[in-house]
Amino acid sequence: MTQPAGWWRRDKEGTGIWPHRGKVAITGWGQSPVDRRWDGVSMDKTLGAYAMYAAKMALDDAGLKPEDVDGLICCPDSMAGATGGSSAVWAPRPYFEAPYDSEDGLTIVTGGWLQKNMPGLTNLKYNPEQVPAIGEQMGMAAQAVAEGLCQVALVVYTAGNLQGRYRMGGENAGDTVSGNAQWTSVYGQAGLGYTTTGVMQEYCQKYGTTWDDVLAPVVVNEHINGLMHEWSYYTLHEPYALTIEDYKASRFVTYPMRLFDNDRPVNAVGAFIFTTAERAKDMKQKPVYVLNHTGGGGGPLRSSAPTLVEMESWVDRAARMGYEGSGLKPSDVDIFNPYDGYSPFLPISLESFQWKGAKKGDAKDFFNGDITVHGPFPHCSGGGNLGVGRTRTAMYIDGIEQLRGMAGERQVTTRAETAICAFAPGGSAAYLYLSNDITS
Amino acid sequence: MPKPIPVPDELSKPFWDAANEGRLVIHHCKDCDTLQHPPRPRCRDCGSENLEWKEVSGKGRISTCMVIDDGRIGRMHPDQPFNLATIILDEDPRVNMYSNIPGVPVRQAPEGAAVEVFFEEVSPTQKVPEWRLVG
Repeated sequence: MTQPAGWWRRDKEGTGIWPHRGKVAITGWGQSPVDRRWDGVSMDKTLGAYAMYAAKMALDDAGLKPEDVDGLICCPDSMAGATGGSSAVWAPRPYFEAPYDSEDGLTIVTGGWLQKNMPGLTNLKYNPEQVPAIGEQMGMAAQAVAEGLCQVALVVYTAGNLQGRYRMGGENAGDTVSGNAQWTSVYGQAGLGYTTTGVMQEYCQKYGTTWDDVLAPVVVNEHINGLMHEWSYYTLHEPYALTIEDYKASRFVTYPMRLFDNDRPVNAVGAFIFTTAERAKDMKQKPVYVLNHTGGGGGPLRSSAPTLVEMESWVDRAARMGYEGSGLKPSDVDIFNPYDGYSPFLPISLESFQWKGAKKGDAKDFFNGDITVHGPFPHCSGGGNLGVGRTRTAMYIDGIEQLRGMAGERQVTTRAETAICAFAPGGSAAYLYLSNDITS
Repeated sequence: MPKPIPVPDELSKPFWDAANEGRLVIHHCKDCDTLQHPPRPRCRDCGSENLEWKEVSGKGRISTCMVIDDGRIGRMHPDQPFNLATIILDEDPRVNMYSNIPGVPVRQAPEGAAVEVFFEEVSPTQKVPEWRLVG
């Protein structure tokens, strides 16, 4: 069956509660170790090997075998691409023996590669090729299970970056620029980090604050939270806490954006198991139910550079849409793991989602309060990308663990019954709403 | 500073041709009297295809200015750090353009300051709009 592009996407206001609210559950997660780069030698640390590692871990967590999986939703993403996120095509030459005899398995991992190389994935009836990045991928998985395309979906998200840098190739390395880049790259503006910096500068002007005052405490807190995952980049490779002084002493990447406002490029893979709520009842772990998922872009860009007004309106809309479909109110949300691929996303999302009552301009005071996991406002308890590296999975893993009551050192001391998790860069509306209780 | 050279397409060619003539032109909707930049096939506000190129004053002001310390555009790496400012046009502050505001030292660009356009040669056949402080 061929479905229209974006068939899973919930991107409209006014559609009411998601019809499948609470009928899909997440029952397993897995995460490979997070490395800075693949070393080009260790065949047990390739992106492909890590995909199988994460998938097996997620299946074990759910108490399932590969043979139980009938849906594989694998996103062949690569972070090192030229301009748009496509594979950097940067694997060493010549290639290795099969299965590492092409880019597939080294710089990307497709569903086809995983099906062929992971033992036991023999009962797939749904293995789509066009899978979006993890924000919408999680929504796609929820919708696929809800609509009966599969009963047990294995979601695999690869964060490959052999180059260890973002988007330094392709047109960015050339003499000419075309398409949208003719309006931006001519002056050196080459991506979200720059537009986000401009928006945050406007934020500081409008709300009478400074970059470091708003962002230093929240970045430091994320690093602390990230160190409480055993698999995170910082736990494995730089196991010491960042301080406010470290943050303020760090070099600028795009002044006033500092090094620690940017997430580390990494090589890692995460995996998740989605199934029906009915089937989840008898599985190994306490089910974490999906209340809603949203996606799509925030809205049309008015001019060359997005403005604070635009960004706030896009994220405000994402919040309205998500709350509407989930049936939640801001005061119902216990765990809040928004996207932080650049730190300035954090004040915008906090205020748009009105988490813990935050209003426009409140982020500085909020982030300078007690946002630790054991305090009253445990913001980004998963540590986000800034705390673990750009896996884009910590938000989801933490949401699941918190709602299970299995977050260990990170377990919040406040109520943990509902969660919002996201990979939603810029004005993206890709948020996932979770709960451990659908009886109320 | 060497900049990447824009490759005009069918929609953008009049803009870049005008730049070569030392004129700043912006897409203008004749139905709802709105300026839009970058150009689009239809008006962003009313959807009309009744669009024209309108020469503007080339006056504006600096909205924000960051500094590219560690950027992605290879051709500009030798000149890092450099300014990256957002300029809003006097005719309509909703219309913005980027600039490196040449001649202004990094981290010293005055936000809100008045600027005017000039045209910088990035190849023997192409000029691009740039902005400098007024007065």
